[in-house]
Amino acid sequence: MSLMRPRARRNKVISNVSSYDRILTFSVLSLLAIGTILVWAATRSWFASQGLDPQYYLKRHVINIIIGAALAYGVTLIDYRLIRAYTPILWALGVLGLIAVAIPGVGSTVNGSRAWISLPGGFQIQPAELAKIAIILGISLLLSDSRDANADPSDLDVLRALVIAGIPMIIILLQPDFGTFIIIGAAIIVMIAVSGAPTRWVAGLLILAVVGVFGAAKTGVMSQYQVKRLQSFVDPTSDPQQSGYQLRQSRITIGSGGFLGRGLFNGPQTNGRFVPEQQTDFIFTVAGEETGFLGSGLILILYGLFFWRAFVIAKRTDDLFGRLVCVGVIAWLVFQMFENIGMTMGLMPMTGVPLPFISYGGSSMFATLVGFGLLQNVHVRSR
Amino acid sequence: MNNRSRLNLFVVQVLVASLMAAMLGRLFYLQVASSSKYQNAALSIQSRDVITPEVRGAIVDDTGLPLAIDRPGMVISVDRSLLDKMPDKGAAVLQRVGSLMKIAYGDLWISTRLCGELPIGQRTGCWNGTRFQPIPVTKEATEAQALKILENSDVYPGINAAPVPVRSYPSLAGENAAHLLGYVGSITAADLADTSKHVYLSEAIGKTGLEYEYDKYLKGIPGIKKVIVDRTENITHISQNSVPVPGNNLVTNINAKLQAATEKALASSVLNARSQGNKADSGAAIVMDVKTGHILALASYPTYDPNMWQKGLTVAQARALFSEVDGVPALSRATDGEYAPASAFKVVSVAAAAQAGYNLNGNYKCPYTLKIGNQDFHNDDTKVQGTFSLKNAIAVSCDTIWYQIGYDQWVKDGGLRPVSSPKDYFFDAAAGFHMGQATGIDLPSEASGRLPDRAWKQAYYDSNKNFYCNYQSRARKADLTPFLIAVAKQNCTDGYIVRAGDAVNFAIGQGDGLVTPLQMTQMYAAIANGGTLYKPEVARAIVKPDGTIVKEFKPSISGTIPAAPSTISFLHDALRQVTLTGTAASVFGNFPVAVSGKTGTGQVQGRNTNGSAKDPTSWFASFAPSSAPQYAVVMMVSQGGYGASTSAVGVKAIYSALFGVAGGSANPKDAVFPDGAPPTNIPKINLKNGTVTKP
Repeated sequence: MSLMRPRARRNKVISNVSSYDRILTFSVLSLLAIGTILVWAATRSWFASQGLDPQYYLKRHVINIIIGAALAYGVTLIDYRLIRAYTPILWALGVLGLIAVAIPGVGSTVNGSRAWISLPGGFQIQPAELAKIAIILGISLLLSDSRDANADPSDLDVLRALVIAGIPMIIILLQPDFGTFIIIGAAIIVMIAVSGAPTRWVAGLLILAVVGVFGAAKTGVMSQYQVKRLQSFVDPTSDPQQSGYQLRQSRITIGSGGFLGRGLFNGPQTNGRFVPEQQTDFIFTVAGEETGFLGSGLILILYGLFFWRAFVIAKRTDDLFGRLVCVGVIAWLVFQMFENIGMTMGLMPMTGVPLPFISYGGSSMFATLVGFGLLQNVHVRSR
Repeated sequence: MNNRSRLNLFVVQVLVASLMAAMLGRLFYLQVASSSKYQNAALSIQSRDVITPEVRGAIVDDTGLPLAIDRPGMVISVDRSLLDKMPDKGAAVLQRVGSLMKIAYGDLWISTRLCGELPIGQRTGCWNGTRFQPIPVTKEATEAQALKILENSDVYPGINAAPVPVRSYPSLAGENAAHLLGYVGSITAADLADTSKHVYLSEAIGKTGLEYEYDKYLKGIPGIKKVIVDRTENITHISQNSVPVPGNNLVTNINAKLQAATEKALASSVLNARSQGNKADSGAAIVMDVKTGHILALASYPTYDPNMWQKGLTVAQARALFSEVDGVPALSRATDGEYAPASAFKVVSVAAAAQAGYNLNGNYKCPYTLKIGNQDFHNDDTKVQGTFSLKNAIAVSCDTIWYQIGYDQWVKDGGLRPVSSPKDYFFDAAAGFHMGQATGIDLPSEASGRLPDRAWKQAYYDSNKNFYCNYQSRARKADLTPFLIAVAKQNCTDGYIVRAGDAVNFAIGQGDGLVTPLQMTQMYAAIANGGTLYKPEVARAIVKPDGTIVKEFKPSISGTIPAAPSTISFLHDALRQVTLTGTAASVFGNFPVAVSGKTGTGQVQGRNTNGSAKDPTSWFASFAPSSAPQYAVVMMVSQGGYGASTSAVGVKAIYSALFGVAGGSANPKDAVFPDGAPPTNIPKINLKNGTVTKP
């Protein structure tokens, strides 16, 4: 591998963004546009009725997208193989961010999770979102970093990868942010499976995951807050005022949209603010109520397009590191989307994870767009 | 990429595709397949019905005196949507309300919980409405308490006080009339599901009695304000706003004074029977206008206070209503109690005998004992024997004459091998008097009695054949005596046959025949008026609050008794003789009004729960004045002993009220109906009388 080739291609990339996978770009731009409208719809009428600026969230959301897009573009500029070299530093930054959350005066608690760092000017960042990228890169590095280029990852490689992923994941679990923990865990299992590591690891981790969830619920490792959420998923009437109530409201809101929806900005459930966290975790209910099966089905189809192209990129590249990064990003976004939309429709228990590309929230928006940037990066350099 | 890696990547792709498909499927299910369900759910989340209760129509007596009325009450209600937002879920506020209103905190807590919030089995007293309605905790607040709450809203947040109409049974003439009036109560889920009823969760509707029967007239339309709210219960839109419309008033044929006198007479007859050593567990008394079928009074003993539902029925009170020990006060004996008519049935036997060609003016042998088959039948009400005119035989209540006639007719009809078309004079006459047929009174519940004719016997056999034919294995051990086994064996082989014993017992109103006190009243009213069976009617008219008549209930004829004018005139003579020289002469000896009637003392099979044999059913069925009958009066006391000594005495007390009898003479001025008959005009309603009394 020559050091000159990437540099030669780099100029080409700068001059021609259109060498990106166009369908992937189209799906992300569409989702961003839809998300912007939904964030506005979710907050506009309520803020107006409270005498606040109805465009408050809209403006901030657009700013988040612009910053995220710049980050994504920046990520595509650097050859991902160069990023690979910086992975240990990125990983260390991610872990430091997670630790910083625990420092009094730096971290802050939202919805029972100490997962945020407050910044001046009312901004907050959520290190766990950015740690997802660090973990995916770290694992990809360790699983593709075999001494023998043709050999599959050895047991030792897998073990090292698990340790590297385990450190930030334990911190995330302690915050506690169970949703993020599950999503990263699922992504890691998928990455190990695709890396060509021995099957026993995949089987073993899957069993561990199942036993772990049940064990955590039984032994009280999970906080009372999370056990309640799981219970109310199994029996929504068990805690009608809290999470069961929210899940029921969420389902009713989506169902009441019908085929065509109640019309954009016209959802009585949305405007009456019956569903909590409408602009973030429950934003899919706004699509469900106001745009109906047509609109929310379109969102699913756009995600389908996105994952189809992402898989094509993953398969096309000859480089195991690049493929693992792609698979990691896919698995992360798939599980996060499924957990989020599944929760709003009553398929999954309640965990507070945002909907990729759509939910309001800076950290999540930056992280998912960086993920998109990584996919394009691999795509551009695997031709 | 090695093969395993390639395969795993494929598996991951399949997994992702299936997750996408699952979500699309779920989305389709929610938004297309069951969207109407969720749209309704959403509407119920967003819209609120604010109900202003209407005034329910009054129930008044024949003079316009209120029997049931809405009086102004003060409701203290709790707003759960506000309480839930407090850090302690409103516990402190409820404590304060409890101490102000003198209500135990525990009761207050239960009564403000939605039923769905409580575990099954601990829901007694829970609120069956929604979180968003004001939940009433009492309707009996004083003005001072209401003011305290309204003026200190910082101390009582989420608590409201408002005037509401409260159903009240003021008992202005001392009447109770619980079984007639019924009561109102909160609506149930079933009422809500019945879309024809148009009821709202906070409304009260008639549960039984007249309140139930005429609910659609009595109930007005509540004022409804439909609003759309947001999550903080701010009203964003008003979609409907209507004012409450009061219900119509119900004028009845009941006279409150007469009702009170009837209840008093019944209660003292029951106590009198007890003092004579009878169990006297329950009773009924009815006064009917023989010319119209109007029910002027109807009483059942024991009874209950119809106001207790409005005060909030305790579990103990609810149990007592249906307790055997307390005599099941909820059951109206007048309409739902079925008893052997005993000798009061002989008026039917006279009609049967006349049809069969017996000479009503002839003389008949009345031995003390009559042997039929291998069984002795003897007189019960009377110790006399000899040869009597039929009239005197009725007066002294000779049974053996009727045993003989019943037996002879049974033999003529073929006995144990009945002819193909038996004459069945007795069964036919009883059917003609509507035995076994509900009277159709305008009350929600009524038993139809029982006519034990050949068809009934066959049907009874068909449904019990299996038991008798497998008696040894089905019966309780204690019932496996040789005698009962033999009886079962006979019932198994030919239990469908009307036997001699059935026929002769039927002729004196014993055996399997049953009537309600109301049916008995209808029969005697028909004899009194010359033969017409009127449908008993409590309601007289439906009148709007402004006095306009909405609906008038005219007398309705449901049949004619099978008796020729000569038979009816014989019955008038014979029944008059009963109070002159017969079984009731000692009771009515010096009574200034001529009364015609018949005693009855019905033997009852079976035992009380404490093992004692049941005391006989005491009947007195009558009409008066004998020469121009106006009223039929019937009293029945279950396990009350002799007809004369218990029920005839009670009936005399009712006539005393009806005719203003005091000190051995009748004073029309003191009569319940000074004109000698119930009023024919629909009265003007004066509801002011009702509001001045608080229960």
